[in-house]
Amino acid sequence: MLKKLLPFVEHVIKKPVWDCRMCGQCVLHSTGMTCPMTCPKTLRNGPCGGVRENGNCEVIPDMPCVWLKAYDRKVFLPLPTVWKDHFNELRPPVDMRLQGSSSWINLVTKRDQQTPAGWSTTDGAH
Amino acid sequence: MSQMREKLENTNEVVFTAEFPSLDGGGMAKVEKNAARLAPWFVGVNATDNPAAHAHASNTASAIAMKMHGIEPIMQIVCRDKNRLAIQADMMGAALHGIDNISLLTGDDVTAGDEPESRRVFDIDSTQAINIARIITTGKYLSGRKIEPAPDFYISAVENPAAPPFDYRIERALKKYRAGAKYLQLQICYHPDRLEKFCAGVAKIAPDLKLIPTIVLVKSSKPMSFMNDKVPGIDIPQDTINRVSSAADQTEEAYKLTVELAKHAMTLPSVRGLHVTDFRHDDSLERFMYDLGQKPRN
Repeated sequence: MLKKLLPFVEHVIKKPVWDCRMCGQCVLHSTGMTCPMTCPKTLRNGPCGGVRENGNCEVIPDMPCVWLKAYDRKVFLPLPTVWKDHFNELRPPVDMRLQGSSSWINLVTKRDQQTPAGWSTTDGAH
Repeated sequence: MSQMREKLENTNEVVFTAEFPSLDGGGMAKVEKNAARLAPWFVGVNATDNPAAHAHASNTASAIAMKMHGIEPIMQIVCRDKNRLAIQADMMGAALHGIDNISLLTGDDVTAGDEPESRRVFDIDSTQAINIARIITTGKYLSGRKIEPAPDFYISAVENPAAPPFDYRIERALKKYRAGAKYLQLQICYHPDRLEKFCAGVAKIAPDLKLIPTIVLVKSSKPMSFMNDKVPGIDIPQDTINRVSSAADQTEEAYKLTVELAKHAMTLPSVRGLHVTDFRHDDSLERFMYDLGQKPRN
């Protein structure tokens, strides 16, 4: 029951505020409270090289680059330092199986921290 | 052993790289012709992967063809067209043919190409792809499945030193270095001040990361205006375009500007070479290389 209800509640709250795409493995806290899944290339580790001179997106020229917003917010928002410190961590590939599930449940169960067996990083991130 | 690795890791030599023209028709004769033109000057040459979102002969097939003709390929893999399975297959395909240099890129969006109706993949991003290449060199796939013996990739990536957010570009270079990139080829940059700041920043936080800025040979202001107007991520100051467009001899002025940019770039910290592009049908390559103090290899 909770598994069905929570994704709905989460979507109702997070869609209007962050344009949440329900990837099920939320990283908002580490990306300046800006959802990287709203980047047309769904980049989770920073902007591509196509950011325009005016700061807008390569793909949608009248939209500000998602990562430009993320970086500005990381710098200027009064976010916890630990969150800011996570900005440059290497975020693992998205687990496509979690699409549509509640990231809140996945956070509590730590399902969102599961990575492929071969995944490792040199910067200490999971 | 990869000459790119040998030169960049074990010598102080300036390393020049180039872009192999995309292959469509013309078979191996075309490969041979281009290989003969590039071999005297370049340590490594990029085998591109559907550049600007246009389909061509594949990255792996092109890289193999180049290798057969005496060119050391730097095989690019972009994240736009392939999921993580296909990207690892590209890497292992390269390893199978003794191709050590691989370069991982996000890739232009499908909307930049001539088939904008395509599905964009971006299953993983470039930094994750770099990290996966590094993982493969430890003897396993992303899944953890063993690879014996492990391929010995010399991993690189690209970065744009002149696109916003400027400060973050330096941190992103460090991120790519930590993921496994040993050097970065940089996007075309007509802002010497931005390039300077980027290189200084990288030298400070990732001193072992080597940088190879890109220099593009142009004959007039027309391609400059084209890049400025049509290529997201490249900005060329109007004054710079005017300098060339208002000159009595545009070709000569464009050449002078290019040499100035190249010489400036080579003085910057962490810069170990130059990536030279867009000289197809351009007869100034030899003159350019000699003016930079280079002599043909072998």
